[in-house]
Amino acid sequence: MTDVLNPTESHAHSEDHGHEEHHGPSGIIKWLTTTDHKVIGMSYTITAVVMLVIGGLFAEIIRAQLASPNGTLVSLAQYNQLFTMHGSVMIYLFAGPFAFGALANFVVPIQIGAPDMAFPRLNALSYWLYLTGCITMLSGFFTSGGAANFGWVAYAPLSNSINAPGAGADLWIGGLLLTGFSAIFTGVNLTATIFYLRAPGMTMFRMPIFTWNMLVTGILILLAFPVLTAGLIMLYADRHFGTHIFSVAGGGVPVLWQHIFWFWGHPEVYILALPFFGMVSEIIPVFSKKPMFGYKGMIFATLSIAALSLGVWAHHMFTTGVVLLPFFSAMSLMIAVPTGIKMFNWIGSMWRGEVWFSAAMLMSIGFVITFLIGGITGIYLASPPLDFFTHDTYFVVAHFHSVVMALVLGAMGGLYYWGPKMTGYLLNEAIGKAQFWFLFIGTQVLTFPQYLLGLRGMPRRMAVYPHDTQWQFLNQLSSVGAVLIGVSTILFVVNVMYSWKKYPAGDNPWDAQTLEWFTTSPPPHHNFYRLPKIRSERPTWDYNHPEHTSIVHGHTHDGTNA
Amino acid sequence: MESTALPPQGAPIRKRRTRRLRLIAALPIAALVLSGCTLPKFGAVAGDTSTSRSVFHLWQWFSVAAVIIGGFTFALILWAAFRYRRKSDSAIPRQVQYHLPAEVMYTIIPILVIVGLFAATLVVENKEVSNPKTSVNVNVLAFQWGWKFTYPGSYALVYGQTTQSPEMVIPAGENVHINLRSSDVIHGFYVHDFNFSRFAQPGVLNQFTFNASKTGTFFGQCTQLCGLYHSLMFFKVKVVTPAAYQTWLNSFNTPAGIAAYKAANNASTQQTSTHVKSKPTYSKGAH
Repeated sequence: MTDVLNPTESHAHSEDHGHEEHHGPSGIIKWLTTTDHKVIGMSYTITAVVMLVIGGLFAEIIRAQLASPNGTLVSLAQYNQLFTMHGSVMIYLFAGPFAFGALANFVVPIQIGAPDMAFPRLNALSYWLYLTGCITMLSGFFTSGGAANFGWVAYAPLSNSINAPGAGADLWIGGLLLTGFSAIFTGVNLTATIFYLRAPGMTMFRMPIFTWNMLVTGILILLAFPVLTAGLIMLYADRHFGTHIFSVAGGGVPVLWQHIFWFWGHPEVYILALPFFGMVSEIIPVFSKKPMFGYKGMIFATLSIAALSLGVWAHHMFTTGVVLLPFFSAMSLMIAVPTGIKMFNWIGSMWRGEVWFSAAMLMSIGFVITFLIGGITGIYLASPPLDFFTHDTYFVVAHFHSVVMALVLGAMGGLYYWGPKMTGYLLNEAIGKAQFWFLFIGTQVLTFPQYLLGLRGMPRRMAVYPHDTQWQFLNQLSSVGAVLIGVSTILFVVNVMYSWKKYPAGDNPWDAQTLEWFTTSPPPHHNFYRLPKIRSERPTWDYNHPEHTSIVHGHTHDGTNA
Repeated sequence: MESTALPPQGAPIRKRRTRRLRLIAALPIAALVLSGCTLPKFGAVAGDTSTSRSVFHLWQWFSVAAVIIGGFTFALILWAAFRYRRKSDSAIPRQVQYHLPAEVMYTIIPILVIVGLFAATLVVENKEVSNPKTSVNVNVLAFQWGWKFTYPGSYALVYGQTTQSPEMVIPAGENVHINLRSSDVIHGFYVHDFNFSRFAQPGVLNQFTFNASKTGTFFGQCTQLCGLYHSLMFFKVKVVTPAAYQTWLNSFNTPAGIAAYKAANNASTQQTSTHVKSKPTYSKGAH
């Protein structure tokens, strides 16, 4: 068997693959008609990053408005649309689709040695539904009443036809239905692919953590998203078909919407988070030159997080007064245990390693630190008395922005890590590190003042705030953080343009461990010309470093006691 | 047809209380020690009601745990990253993947911490959601975009929209029982200095009690997005001496006050009759 790291060898493969490709369509027709998971993954990546930029622009306008107490940049009505669409774009159109549409779509089949997803045409349908959903939701801005304005959670009865009569609200519901179906189909595809298309030797406990997390994410999608879809249809029926599911006047129950929404919404938090947990779980061991520490423990932690996430939805509803507080408090607190296990798995993976501070690794360490902050402040919110006094204040805003900005750091880590595999070219490391520092420091400067604002009583979703509250300085500081994050995004775009086809990546630029690094960059049409023997969760490492297999503490490589 | 959906946790909790007190007898003692305010505030305020102080001490406890565990983990992350920064391109470290004692430790210790935090949570929560009997009752109605405060058994009425910031007058040192409703969308009744908030929801009667310890005027506002003027939906809580409170209540006992009360009450009965009639049976079952 020839050495996969031999560049001439891989170039020869690329040329072969080029000849194969000429049989199919090329250019724009290829992008429109493809069922190749790699091309679909690229389409998802580009669309999701565009959504990140759009959602980020909304955030910058919001922070500019809040830099002074009586901001006049936007009106009260426009402000309500802006934060609604900021949340909706980031949650529905960026974070989820980027995780399971973009990177998972590209990486998972290759990581398990499969030629494509299990249902390639369904995969293409997922993407087109997603793109249509994005356009549908955003087109609300072009209607006479403006975009949806009831917050990304659309609490009934604020979202009914009396309080939100505009077409923007219907486009929001429609867009969310489309992206919801896209997510469900992707969930089906990921689950089926991971269960049925693994290469010979790739047993469940030899799957990389990223693939494991995507399997659990896929199952969570199948459990949670249909509930949201059903809820959205009920909401639409209430608005247009005269049903009274969420209206008191007709004998309905408004708080039912909150139950439905959060029954989807809390698993959704992990649907968003688990893929990024998976990304950094790939990146941290690779850049420490070590195996994933506590691999099996981490898988069981992921499974318990998923199981617990289905029983904690009402911690978003403590202040409604109609939920059983101790049960949901206990369940929510318990999630801290498996999450803590993951935290120590990441630390253990670096422990006594050879830690290389590449841009991807810096992003991942930034993820771990930021997620630690978001996780710990989440524990406060699991306690009903503490939730009572912080609910709907900026403390909550700061908590979940620590969490989701950690995900953005993870996403950037994923792009620096897998981008070369997707395109065949590396990104510039120096610009990447600068981007990291702007993003990481910006995130902390954004969120820390918000924690304090919440503790000083500033509610969320305020377009203007009183002069005499002394909230202005903290808001301005937070806005500075938003500017730093904006600069980091510009640096990313600059990096992509500057590094365009400049630094050929080779097959395995990071001495990485999993199967996707065994094939060419980008991989050929059906991903592999040949596969190594799969005898652990890191077959490429075993192939390249046969003398350095994983060991248990206290033992040597040949199994004897140290 | 008064809605009887709540008191939220009142009845079942009284039954559980004795059992819990025995289980976690150590925690109130610890809370007593803490009421000396030896711990830093961690950004929060002690507040001006008896329950707000318990919440504040709970906040301090959680913060102590957060600082210790978070600080330890943060230090470990930095140590692992910087201490083991690579020295050469080619060195390959020992490929240790499992360390069972460490794995058991970082599973069990967080479980113990969580049990402690949960126990402390229960103590404060039971205190906060209990509904002791009281003679001071206030009916609070939230609407787009303002507040109406009425006092059962009297003609007192306070009504105001957005920046008019209507004042809810209550006596200091007495249990004040709030009946919270909404006539349209969901609002949030939030008084920062009381360390407390609760949703005002259509079709749901939310009840809670607090005991303001000193006189003064406290700032309140709506926390739950309720439409266009959400940012301006203010109110105030004016805590006065019990004598001043009685005087204030009686000041409405004039022909003009009675007429104003009746006019407003008729209007609001019509306005809110639909949601009072459809009693929300679901929230009974939730307990």
